[in-house]
Amino acid sequence: MEFFEDWPQYFEVAINWSDRLLAGLWTTVQLTLFGGLLAFVIAVTLGLLAGSPNRWLRIPARILIEFFRGVSLVVLLFWLMFVLPQIWMRNPDLPFRDLVYNTFLLGVIALGLNYGAYGAEAVRASLTTVSSGQWEATTALSMSWSHKMRRIIFPQAWALMLPSLANLWVHLLKGSAIAYIMPFVSDFTAELNQLRRPTDIWFSHAFIGLVVYFILALILTVIMQTLEARAKHKLGRGPSLREILSPAPKAVMAEGSAVTVTDPPQDPAGPDSASAKTEGGVRR
Amino acid sequence: MPTPTDAAGIDTEAAASSSPPDTPVIEFVDVEKSFGSNVVLKDLNFQVAQGERVTLIGPSGSGKTTILRLVMTLEELTGGYIYIDGEPLTHENRDGKRVPVSKKEQKKLRTRIGMVFQQFNLFPNMTVLENIIEAPIHVLGQTKKDAIAKAHSLLDQVGLPDKADAHPSSLSGGQQQRVAIARALAMDPEILLLDEVTSALDPEVVDDVLNILRQVADTTNVTMLIVTHEMGFARDVSHKVMMFDGGHVVEEGPPDKIFTNPEQERTRKFLSAVLGH
Repeated sequence: MEFFEDWPQYFEVAINWSDRLLAGLWTTVQLTLFGGLLAFVIAVTLGLLAGSPNRWLRIPARILIEFFRGVSLVVLLFWLMFVLPQIWMRNPDLPFRDLVYNTFLLGVIALGLNYGAYGAEAVRASLTTVSSGQWEATTALSMSWSHKMRRIIFPQAWALMLPSLANLWVHLLKGSAIAYIMPFVSDFTAELNQLRRPTDIWFSHAFIGLVVYFILALILTVIMQTLEARAKHKLGRGPSLREILSPAPKAVMAEGSAVTVTDPPQDPAGPDSASAKTEGGVRR
Repeated sequence: MPTPTDAAGIDTEAAASSSPPDTPVIEFVDVEKSFGSNVVLKDLNFQVAQGERVTLIGPSGSGKTTILRLVMTLEELTGGYIYIDGEPLTHENRDGKRVPVSKKEQKKLRTRIGMVFQQFNLFPNMTVLENIIEAPIHVLGQTKKDAIAKAHSLLDQVGLPDKADAHPSSLSGGQQQRVAIARALAMDPEILLLDEVTSALDPEVVDDVLNILRQVADTTNVTMLIVTHEMGFARDVSHKVMMFDGGHVVEEGPPDKIFTNPEQERTRKFLSAVLGH
């Protein structure tokens, strides 16, 4: 029963530690945001290239995706942290020395590469689910590749890729905990490890760590679900954000004869949580 | 594979391009199309004149839709040449060698061609108006004001003046197809390709869509290449009907002749099957 009796003291220690915990939390948030941003850029770039009909673009993209998908994040971090700097140690005149010694930056790059490679698959797959009729219509209107991607194809694929990207972002948040092995980067998990010494592993990791990571993941999920609902509304599927957020949703405000959608090939693979939930709310 | 007909085709082509009125708007020369080992079209030669409306009929799998898709560059041409206004669309014959044309040239020609699809293919992420003005503004470089004015007059023409701000998903199939027609016309095409535009529609709205197309045919000089199973429509609007089977032209002629007094047994059989007597 000691365990429970000691808890009030544990909270005291945690409060004394709060500056460091908050600093660690802020590092984790930064890793998640910058890593997620880099992962997104890599995912879109590699995803577009991997979906290209041109094999000179497609094959290198595929190799990069498979490589960074297959490499363990821990091993990748070790390479970036401990192997890469050796090259600069042997040749001190090489440029970008500061960048290679910036472990936070290397952490962001490792997270971005690893999760970006996963994301690229989500991007590529969702681009292929945009119906061929949409591609053909853009050709019939003589749109350039960048134009059709930006205005027609990507916005439709966007709604489909968001759930996968949301998953990956939450994974990235949790994967960022691996940063505690990195020198000079004290993320939330690293600080929890420090807190573990005056308290115990149950209190620091299993209680504070569990709750905080869960809340962070919840925030990311809510952000992504908002984006998804917005994207779906733009495609004419599902209500607008305002309708979702209004406490008492009004009945369907479609003009008079709301005709059923006659576009079977474009329907998404299946109704997912967001649309099912909101549709139920709006259609009484 | 250079053949005498190839060379002849090119010569007349070169001569004709100096006198535009005689140049066929669409010309197929020894066109061949295969999907893998499956040959869909072989040695296909035909011409469509300026303002002419040609309907392609025939059983499914006879290659009619493939012809439209080849003109729209949605399929890759595997042999022969297609000329639009006398200019090669995909490949040119350079001293008997089949050389691909530049993407830039192809794109320039393609802007003269519009297409309406069986499945409408409106962009679901845009309103009706945005669907119509997107390409005129960003491809043809029209000002937004002009494009919008044109879009409204086209929406009037297709009988949907109050749907500019609607989303495609809130429209019925017939309404979507009318928007798709307006979208194609907004590009001011010289050639309009109609690929079974009423096949996906409820029977009661088919006539609405066909009447709009009849009106387009009556009021403009746009060249049309039509694939349809609506024989009444084909008879009304087309100058020429071509009967296809197995990738070959079985018979061609003015609609009155093809529909009332076809020469070929194959045409007769096909017509009695689709007309149901």
